[in-house]
Amino acid sequence: MSVTANLAAKLAEALGAHHVVSAPEELAAYAIDSLIPAAIARPASAAEVMEVVKFAIAEKLAVVPLGSRSKCEMGMTPARYDIALDMSGLHEVAHYDAGDMTLSIDAGMPLRELEVFLRSHGQFLPLGVPCFETTTAGGVVASGIDSVLRQQYGTARDFLIGAEFVDGTGQLCKSGGRVVKNVTGYDLQKLLIGSLGTLGVITRVNFRTFPLPPASGGHLAVFAKSAAALEYRERIAKAGMPLTNLEVISPEVIRIIRAILQQSGQRIPVDLEEGVWSVYSAFEGTERVVTRISTELERFARQAGAQDSELLSGVADETVGGMLREAFEWLRWAAPATMLLRLAICGKTGEVVDELTRAAEARRMRAASLLRSVGIIYFATFSDNEAELIASAKEIYSVATTLAHSQGGYATALHAPLEVKRRIAAARSERSDAGLQQCVKKVFDPSDIFAPGRVAGGI
Amino acid sequence: MHPQRPTLHAGLVRDMKALLGAANVLDKTEDLMLYEFDGSVEKARPDLVVFPQSTEEVSRIVRLAAKYEVPVVGRGAGTGLSGGALARGGGVMLAFVRMNKILEIDMDNQRAVVQPGVVNADITRAVESAGLFFAPDPSSARASTIGGNVAENAGGPHTLAYGVTTNHVAALEMVLPDGKIVRVGNKHGDAAGYDLCGLFVGSEGTLALVTEITVKLLRKAEAVKTLLAVFDSIDQASQAVVEITARGITPAACEMLDGWTLRVVEDYIHAGFPRDSGAVLLIELEGLREGVEEQALAIEDVCRHCQAREVRLAKDDKERELLWKGRKNAFGALGRIAPSNYVLDGVIPRSKLPQALQRIQEIGKKFGFHIGNIFHAGDGNLHPIVLYDPRDQAQFQSAIAASHDIMRACIELGGTLTGEHGVGMEKNELMPLLFNDADFALMLRVHDAFNPDSSLNPGKIFPLSKGCGEIRIKKKKELVGTKP
Repeated sequence: MSVTANLAAKLAEALGAHHVVSAPEELAAYAIDSLIPAAIARPASAAEVMEVVKFAIAEKLAVVPLGSRSKCEMGMTPARYDIALDMSGLHEVAHYDAGDMTLSIDAGMPLRELEVFLRSHGQFLPLGVPCFETTTAGGVVASGIDSVLRQQYGTARDFLIGAEFVDGTGQLCKSGGRVVKNVTGYDLQKLLIGSLGTLGVITRVNFRTFPLPPASGGHLAVFAKSAAALEYRERIAKAGMPLTNLEVISPEVIRIIRAILQQSGQRIPVDLEEGVWSVYSAFEGTERVVTRISTELERFARQAGAQDSELLSGVADETVGGMLREAFEWLRWAAPATMLLRLAICGKTGEVVDELTRAAEARRMRAASLLRSVGIIYFATFSDNEAELIASAKEIYSVATTLAHSQGGYATALHAPLEVKRRIAAARSERSDAGLQQCVKKVFDPSDIFAPGRVAGGI
Repeated sequence: MHPQRPTLHAGLVRDMKALLGAANVLDKTEDLMLYEFDGSVEKARPDLVVFPQSTEEVSRIVRLAAKYEVPVVGRGAGTGLSGGALARGGGVMLAFVRMNKILEIDMDNQRAVVQPGVVNADITRAVESAGLFFAPDPSSARASTIGGNVAENAGGPHTLAYGVTTNHVAALEMVLPDGKIVRVGNKHGDAAGYDLCGLFVGSEGTLALVTEITVKLLRKAEAVKTLLAVFDSIDQASQAVVEITARGITPAACEMLDGWTLRVVEDYIHAGFPRDSGAVLLIELEGLREGVEEQALAIEDVCRHCQAREVRLAKDDKERELLWKGRKNAFGALGRIAPSNYVLDGVIPRSKLPQALQRIQEIGKKFGFHIGNIFHAGDGNLHPIVLYDPRDQAQFQSAIAASHDIMRACIELGGTLTGEHGVGMEKNELMPLLFNDADFALMLRVHDAFNPDSSLNPGKIFPLSKGCGEIRIKKKKELVGTKP
């Protein structure tokens, strides 16, 4: 019996044969950075997750928890990958108190399904995240991926009120609770956000929900130069307009958006011609609030010298808003070879983007950037030739890291060719809290079985 | 009153005075007595109080205390309500009041870097000219320090819209129990790797001592309206809160005072609360002018529907401030009618508010107390207040028993033990009502990874009765050492 078959057989014994898969064609679909697991476990309950984890501890096997597998490539390549723990079998609403606006759901529940459920109660969860059609609640938390609604609603960190998870000793633990305000015990669920499955297997997440707004709208303003677009954005921010999203879109991103819209036969709003910079704003509230914001945005756009602008509503707004929400998804596949960086900075985003663009262009790479609200930048470099990208990607990543640090933040690679990820992973961490990060990993996962090596810095 | 205490190691006092100067070290009993209380009903006296003025001094103090095997407890203004800043195991109390500088304000990026001894309200005062503010606003904001707010993850009335302290902290500088100085987070605030800021905020001084905080500042809303809704009964007022939440209206704050409490407050503050009412809701709305106007109308509609006899809109800033003065000084007002009061901090799902208040009333009857309620109704954060005389031991024990019953009731209704005051040494024995052995095992591993000898703030958060108790609080003889 091969190692794979042996492992799958043992796992099937522990979990029941119908919960374990080892057929090669199925295993291939669970590959992470071309690493293929030896078996897939599909638990249907938290108790079964515990069984898998205990088995992995006993057999010294590496487990990677997965939801819809839409963001598997985020993070570094796992150092080991024996069992793919497919959480899609846990997908129930465990508790919902519409009156309290609190919700407890299984980790494998798809966000789209949850959206339909909450909509019927006039509520929603403000997670406007990419891969929305397939992504699971647990996957969103574990990946820490950005939401386009962040400007108004914050991140999962702001409304994840509790979690249950199986830790690296095989025990089902919980933190937080099901109330909107709670400081009882250590705030451990915050550590799970963005942990990429390295601390435990999230089995259940509790959220605060929000009322669906009665009306919403969007606005696009187009500028010839980035400076004018940035100035316009600055004015809106300083005016305290309550926007859900505010993004500055570079010409290369507009080119990609145009191409996608054209391909799918959808209308291209305003004069989104090639070479322009654009600013998209999204907002919501009552009709009066939406009207007021629309009027203000048009006024600001005129004052800032926009060459064109358009108020978006209904399908047109959903199309643009939806595309921006999915930017992570299409940016990484926009060229044969792509590196997609995310920077979170507290400073001059425009200058950072200019410098990064220069760094890419000096290496004959194309560059595209999205300047999101609250200091988030998505920066992509493209090449038609992977070898060319690999040759310069590490340097561009270094420029991004240095720039981000100088502006009070950091940079991460969301997507990159495997070789680039290897080089990034091999770089020595200079963070002052590297020891504390290691310490947290050891506490949660003393046997180092959860997605080892997936968090940069060898964690 | 106090049992004979063993003499503190003379070497420690000498070395501490050499390190900080005699003016920054207190070791006389009459001085130490001032530090044996905080805002809670608990009491524990430190053996030494020291006043560092820099992170390096904090680090040296911690190393020195470790050398003499004495625990260290951080303290800000001592306004905490769960005994978090009390030296339960004696030892060195590290008072941050002289580390009270605002180090940097970055208006453009809406950040401020402050030392832990900065008073909460002073942050807003320093930035309000630029239209910014620091959102967490505990009732103690004019006294409590940001270091204490971070340790306890403090809240306040406006957390309904803005969240608690953890939502407004971007980075921390800290001293670990071995004296090492570390930084977590960054000026932006998004975590690179694990969210260590999220772990340390609210860890009640049991993992590290925070020596510098980078806070996020928010932009003030264009319009603010404050409403006072007056009801004949607390049931009607609770029903209005349930309705407001259910209709999807999110005020910036939604506070309730029951009739008995508001009469006591009115007699003292003259805030304009009708003395003959059963309960009032103090509701604040913030946002765009148009939105605030519509929300005010919607809230008035809900309140009338719930039989409010009056819904009054504060006509100007003066009236608004007076209404808030009544809310924020309520605990002081209660001090006029009883020698002491015990403020609890349970949380319940907002949909269960009427049941919770009913249970509190029943528990009060059972123990013979009138229990007042003044609380953050909008987020279900109850603050039942038990008035008692601390000189009457039986009454004090009764107050504690009543509080335990109330906390149990909160948990039975799907709630939790604390919404903003922390667990401290007040509720640590109740923790098993919420957490099982597996939960404790992980939390203890986290504790022990950062604070392996329990030298930082021993005896807090974790129940001493759970077997692991011995390592949570050092024994007295270990604390004081022996005379050379």
